Order: sequence, then C-alpha cells, then structure tokens
Amino acid sequence: MQVDEPVRLPRLSRVAVCGGTHGNELSGVYLVREMLKPENRKEDGGPASVLMVLSNPRAMQQCTRYVDTDLNRCFTHATLNGPASEGAPYEIFRARELNTLLGPKGSRAAVDLICDLHNTTANMGLCFIAYSDCDWVCLHIFRHLQMPDTPMRFIHFDVSTKESYSLDSIGKHGFAMEIGPQPHGCVKSNIYTAMKEGVQHMRDWVSCFNSGCVFEGGPVDVFTMVKNLDYPRDGETRNITAAIHPRLQDRDFCLLRPGEPLFQTFSGETLKYQGDEALYAFFINECAYYEKGIALSLARKRRVTVPSIRVQTDEEERASEESFASEEEE
Amino acid sequence: MSNGSSNNNNTARFDAARRVAIFGGTHGNEMSGVTLVNLWMQNSAEIQRKGLEIKPFITNPKAVEKCVRYVDTDLNRAFTPENLSATGGDELPYEVQRAQEINRMFGPKGSAEAYDVIFDLHNTTSNMGCTLILESSKDAFNLQMMNYIKKALAPASCLVLLNEHPLLKYSTSRSVAKHPVGMEVGPQPQGVLRSNIFEAMRVILKHALDFISLFNEGMEFPPCTVEVFRVLERMDYPRDANGNIIAMVHPNLQDCDWEPLNPGDPMFQTFDGKSIHYQGSSTVYPTFINEAAYYEKQQAFVTTRRETLAASAIRKA
Repeated sequence: MQVDEPVRLPRLSRVAVCGGTHGNELSGVYLVREMLKPENRKEDGGPASVLMVLSNPRAMQQCTRYVDTDLNRCFTHATLNGPASEGAPYEIFRARELNTLLGPKGSRAAVDLICDLHNTTANMGLCFIAYSDCDWVCLHIFRHLQMPDTPMRFIHFDVSTKESYSLDSIGKHGFAMEIGPQPHGCVKSNIYTAMKEGVQHMRDWVSCFNSGCVFEGGPVDVFTMVKNLDYPRDGETRNITAAIHPRLQDRDFCLLRPGEPLFQTFSGETLKYQGDEALYAFFINECAYYEKGIALSLARKRRVTVPSIRVQTDEEERASEESFASEEEE
Repeated sequence: MSNGSSNNNNTARFDAARRVAIFGGTHGNEMSGVTLVNLWMQNSAEIQRKGLEIKPFITNPKAVEKCVRYVDTDLNRAFTPENLSATGGDELPYEVQRAQEINRMFGPKGSAEAYDVIFDLHNTTSNMGCTLILESSKDAFNLQMMNYIKKALAPASCLVLLNEHPLLKYSTSRSVAKHPVGMEVGPQPQGVLRSNIFEAMRVILKHALDFISLFNEGMEFPPCTVEVFRVLERMDYPRDANGNIIAMVHPNLQDCDWEPLNPGDPMFQTFDGKSIHYQGSSTVYPTFINEAAYYEKQQAFVTTRRETLAASAIRKA
C-alpha cells in the first residue's frame, strides 16, 4: 500500500496577529495590547517573526465597530488599489496602510499567515473563518487546536481571491478567529482565555511546522456558507418586525429544517424557515449584521480530507523560487 | 412631590395616577424598550387602560437612529438641576436639549404638573434578569407597585434595586415624574433584540399597568414588605498608571449577579490569569456585573446589601 508523501509547503516566516479590526470586539483588542507589552514579547523558538497589529485604532478609541465604514470589507483589490482621494473614509486609508504593512495582497512580499481576531454576539463558540476549503495550513492549525470546553468549527466563505474583502485575505494564508458569545464593548474572561489559548496554539503550530514536523492528514468538517436570511422588515421604515425565534436563538450550528421556527413577530406569530434544503444556521443574531440585512447565515456541512503536510526543505524552497522567478520572466 | 398623606389608619393616600409615560430609547442601543415603544406608538391597544392616559415615548431619537447609547452625553445622567435650567439653546449638548424638552413635556420635575408615573425601559449586558429600579425607599406607591409586580411574576424572579446612595444616585430621565420606575432586563448585548428579553419586559409592563388601573379604581393595597438590594459601592476594574484596565471580571463572578460575594472570593482575573480577591469586610450582593456601558464610567460592578422595606397601605385619595 502506498503511503502518501506529505504535501510540501513553504515556511511560514512572517505571521501577523491582528486585533481591533472592529474596535468594539474587545477580546482581540485586549489580547493584542497584552502581547505588545515588552514583558510579553517572546520568541517562538523558530524562524518566524510574529507581528502584533491593532488594526483600527480610531474605532478602538471610540469603542465602536468602525468610524466611517467597516474596515473588514475594505481589502478587495479594487478598494486597495483604487484612486486615492482626500475625502476617503478613514478605514479605506487605514486598509491601504495595513496592505503596505502586511502585504501587498497577492504579492510575494505579503506575510505568510494572518490571524485576525474577532468576537460575535452569536453563540458560535470558536470558529475559524477562511475563504478557502483547501488551504491546508489553516485547516491543519484548526485540527491541531484542541479545546475541551469550547466548541470549534471551521467556516468557509466561498469567495474568490479577486472578490475577497477581509483583512486576513492580505496574507498568503489567513483566517479570522471568531469567538462568541460576547457583547460588543465588553470582555468576558472565558472568551478572552479561549482566544488567548487559540492564538498560542497557532503560534505553537507554526513553530512546529517551521521546524519540520509532519502533520498527519485526516478529515475536517467544514461549514460552507450558502446564503444569508434577513429579518422581516416594515415596508416603509425598514425596521425589523420580528426577532429570532426563541427556539432558534443561541442554537448556532443546529440544522435548520424547512418548516422549523425561524422568527417570532412582535404579535407572537411564528414565522417558519421556507427554504427547501435543511442547512446549518450560524451568526444567529449578530448585532453588527442588522445593518447589513443579515439575521442569520446558512451553511452546508461537508467533510474535507486534509492531506499530510510538512515544510519545504531549503532546497525545495530554492527550487520553487527559481521556477517562480522564471515563470515571471516568461 | 407626592409622598402621600396618611389618614388615621396609616393608609397612605395618593391621587389617582392619570398620566403615565413609557420611555424607550433613553439609551439608543437598548433594543427591548426601543422596539416596545415603537410598537405601541403604532398600535397602543395592548397598553390601554380605562381612565388612564398612557404615552409611549422615544426619549433619545438621534441615539436610536444611530443605534448608540448616546450622541453627546448620557441622557440618563442629564436631568440635573444645572442642565434643566441651562441656557444656550442649540449650543447645548444634544441630550441636555432633550432633557429640557422632556422636562417640559413630562415635568417640570418636582412640580404638581409632572406626570404621575414614568416607566423607563432599559437593557443591560449583565445577567440581572428582570430588575425594577427604585429611587426612594419612602415611595409607598412605588413599593406597592413593585410588590404587586413581583407577586404577579412569581415564581419567575423580579428583583428590586434601590439606588438612594447620595453620591452614586444619578439624575435619570424618569426622575421627572412623581413616581419614577426603572425597568432593566438582561443579559442582552447592545444593539441586539432577543425575543425572550423582549417578552419579559412586555409582561412586567403589563402587570405594572394593571396595578395602576386597580389602584385608580379604588383598590386598597394592604401594608407589605419588599425585599430590595440597596446600592452600596461602585467597584472599578483594576487599572495601571495610565488608566488602562489590567484585569477582567473573574469567571467565578461573571454572570453571578445577585449572588453573595464573600470577603476573599475571586473578583477579577488579570490578563495573565492571576486572581484578585474581594477585600471587603462583609458579604455583599454584586450586580451590574460587566455592563459594557460602564467601562467608561469606571464601574465593573456595584455592591449591594439586602434589606426589607416596609410600605404602608395605599389607596386612592
């Protein structure tokens, strides 16, 4: 029987951990601030430098999600490379700064891995959110992360590199670490601790990977986002006319079947899920999504088989750089 | 001010409460009150009672529109005598202008023309459940109302927080009325509407209006006692020399509103995992634990002590 050779991937020399991309998601704000303190700077014992970044300082200062526009939607190629204008929203200006610091997106100079820290008011436990369902680095970090008290899921937004809009898309690899439930503007110790452990595990994994460990392949359940559902709204005022049904509230990652309760109107009527496919609900009642017209998101679940991986040797890396360079020449 | 007048039988007499207001959106991101008041402004059938004028009202419309707590300054701290008499018109902070307007419409505070009762609807990120907030231990009308509500909701819990503390008491929007009643339901994140929290607040209000209705019809409410939690002290987060928070509410205290905190119990946890313990000399009952809006007010929680207040019998004058 043939044993599969691990897939060889380039070293992760530069890693960034970003907090405060939304200024009121406080676990990441406090964690990055702590990690920035001189007494907490530590070496990981591997050729990886870890950059700590507070992404949106102005929003953090006001303890608000954003000042002008949502920073975590500003990282499309179009927005990053668009014309510079004086009156541009603060976050567009800041996105371009971050792209210079951590990117440029799509180039060889971009950092190898970005972990962007977020909180949600939804009862989602710990989630990795990534654009790819075949980024073996992200999937292996997820597999490696074992947290006995915290439910963990891998969420995949099937968005092409061209359309990707979030901060983590600047890096060659990237994912958001999203933990809830936590109200915005608040830090809950259990959520902070889970995030701290998650980041530490990621750093440990990167060290291990860079030093040549082989990570065995295996199955990972991945939730691929299919669609969002909005609240029912009043035709004129656009105010919502129902809330998430009490039987669905806090039940992120339950399977929502056609005909099951979805919303409860203010007059007590139950509105049912009308789709024809049973899907997994998540981001149920996230505060920041009311203005985006999202009451909850729906996903399909499937099992992805992740191959074994290990870091490229120096030789392999040189060979791959040369072939890359000669491709560029052509 | 109507404290009631006693007759020979020690029954306090109060005028019928004819004018009642329900305030929502005093903090624009506390969604139960915003939603209920908007609902009732469109269709007031549910809140109507015979012989009673009930006005649902959004106190801070700009904050509601932006879904923020406040625009310039906290409206629920703005009803000070200085603010209410300040001149400056449009130059004044938005909420001070609003406070003056509300005082004109529902007050003036302290006068005979003021509304009889104002219910002010709030949410908190703290795990306080259903809480009624009382501003005076001597208001027999309010005490009797709260007793009525508690009994109507039982076995579901509804606790009473008394804030009569000379320094910590603040000038609320409801303080314009003769009988101010605060209603606080949590936990609910700011900007979020949770169905169970919304329904709980709706039920509390129903009982409150029923009480007023019965009172106005002449029902006598016999003497009663009401258990309250009296605010003692505000506890801030531990901070460094630059004023930055260096610890979080301890996991053992998080969500434990109204449970005893004994000397030596864990209270805060530093970011590197060390516990900081409660140093007080006796057991207290903390509440408003980890309210998001209070980080900027230097408050991690307040301590309270349990007390039983006696209320005289009351009857319409």
